[in-house]
Amino acid sequence: MREVHPREILIATIARLLDGVRHVAVGASSPIPAAGAMLLRAQKKRAGAPPVRLSILGSVEHNFFTNGSAELFDCAGQGRIDAFFLGGGQIDGRGNINLVGAGEYPGSTPRWPGSFGSAYLYFVVPRVILFREEHSSRVLVETVDFTSAPGTSEDGVYRTGGPAALLTGKALFSFDKTRPGFTLESLHPGHDLAEVKAATGFGFAHAGSPKQTEAPDRATLDLLRGQIMDELSETYPDFASRLRSETAA
Amino acid sequence: MDLREMARRVEPGMLLALPVDYAGVSMAMTKPLIEHGAGDLRLFCVPTGGLQVDQLIGAGLVRSIETSAVSLGEAGGAPRFNQAIREGTIAIRDATCPAIHAGLMAAQKGNPFQPMRGLIGSDILRFRDDWRVIDNPFADGGDPIVLIPAVKPDIAIFHAPMADRHGNVWIGRRRELAAMAYASAQTLVTVERIVDENLLASEMSAAGTLPSLYVTDVALAPRGAWPYGLWGEYPTDTAEILRYAKAARTPEGFAEYMASSGASSMASSPATSPSRPALEPAQ
Repeated sequence: MREVHPREILIATIARLLDGVRHVAVGASSPIPAAGAMLLRAQKKRAGAPPVRLSILGSVEHNFFTNGSAELFDCAGQGRIDAFFLGGGQIDGRGNINLVGAGEYPGSTPRWPGSFGSAYLYFVVPRVILFREEHSSRVLVETVDFTSAPGTSEDGVYRTGGPAALLTGKALFSFDKTRPGFTLESLHPGHDLAEVKAATGFGFAHAGSPKQTEAPDRATLDLLRGQIMDELSETYPDFASRLRSETAA
Repeated sequence: MDLREMARRVEPGMLLALPVDYAGVSMAMTKPLIEHGAGDLRLFCVPTGGLQVDQLIGAGLVRSIETSAVSLGEAGGAPRFNQAIREGTIAIRDATCPAIHAGLMAAQKGNPFQPMRGLIGSDILRFRDDWRVIDNPFADGGDPIVLIPAVKPDIAIFHAPMADRHGNVWIGRRRELAAMAYASAQTLVTVERIVDENLLASEMSAAGTLPSLYVTDVALAPRGAWPYGLWGEYPTDTAEILRYAKAARTPEGFAEYMASSGASSMASSPATSPSRPALEPAQ
């Protein structure tokens, strides 16, 4: 059995980042965030802690909304959603995200799907985790070409939410809205500071010798490879079976 | 009612409201709409668009689109949409999901607008000359908030599991379909089946029913969301959407796909008989 898969580190890190939430929502086609949320839910249940509610958009099994696709936003607007995940074709050093496209708008090339609910959820969900596996200077840019949603807002603008962390395939960053900017928290195993600097289009704060991202312990790994993969395969069968075969190899 | 007959309600330049891929897209209406040929359409995606939107754009029927996103989900970007954006052949108004819902909600209430949090400082707002920012009149000062004007589509088109003989349509928990119908002047619905019982007669079914008051026409179209799935009925045919995504990378490939049998031709068969007899009926 392979020791720890890079994606298992991401899933376990997400579970840690979500610690303390009562209700986390996950967008459609986000298997890693969903797995992280399921892991936290299972850990809390085992510990007898208050339950974690998980809503996966587009899922029947993990979705209790009955008022159509508007309900997620109503729920978030009332402060009933503590955490959400956003990605983006571009993320810049001030936490601005671009889901619309590169180059000059509106003739963006390439054009990406669009902003979805980001221009609202980024403002009203307290703990938004920016998640993008690709860590490159193409994605992590100095300034986004189009702001789907800004990382911070001026004083006086209603804002109860915003970015808490940025998790990529190479590293974990926290976000400081007073600067505003990112701080490197840890490097995933197999990656070093020079590599991460070269692959990041914006400057970030960091320790002289950054920590390594914590790997899941044996109990967490067992839970992840058993119960969590079972739960995940209901919604993301392809992802779950691929991860299973890669961790069994 | 026949799908072709229903498609004739669409006139050039109309504003069409179309649902998100998982809510009940009337894919069965796509071909009849293209054959009918009313162009210059303005699409309003509730709150995002996919295959149907891409096909209407590819067929050259679309002048503008308002949406929070257009994609083919797991099959990636929407090729005809992306090319039209790149070449500037359609106008786009980028939105965000709750702003789409807010526009419909305002229309539903008969209000001129709906206020909405978020958006301030985004380029979405910067490019929307039809939206306004005011200071919250109930605050002591400041507190800017965005106003989204009411959106009143000419026609909403969607697919649902069932209707009864009175024209009531069962939409279950997919309330965005009701929101679309409340806001729109006309609503065209295709359904998997027509049931004999009155859906409003039982409290259990009435709660998930859109009354015929808001429904203009209903047509039978078994597996009418295909290749999308329909909640509670059948799953998405991802292989078919991938096939489309690959074919539609070029205008020629798109035309070939649309002309092929795989894209179906509901319009050439009466709506009362299943158009794809080879497929198993939905359970």
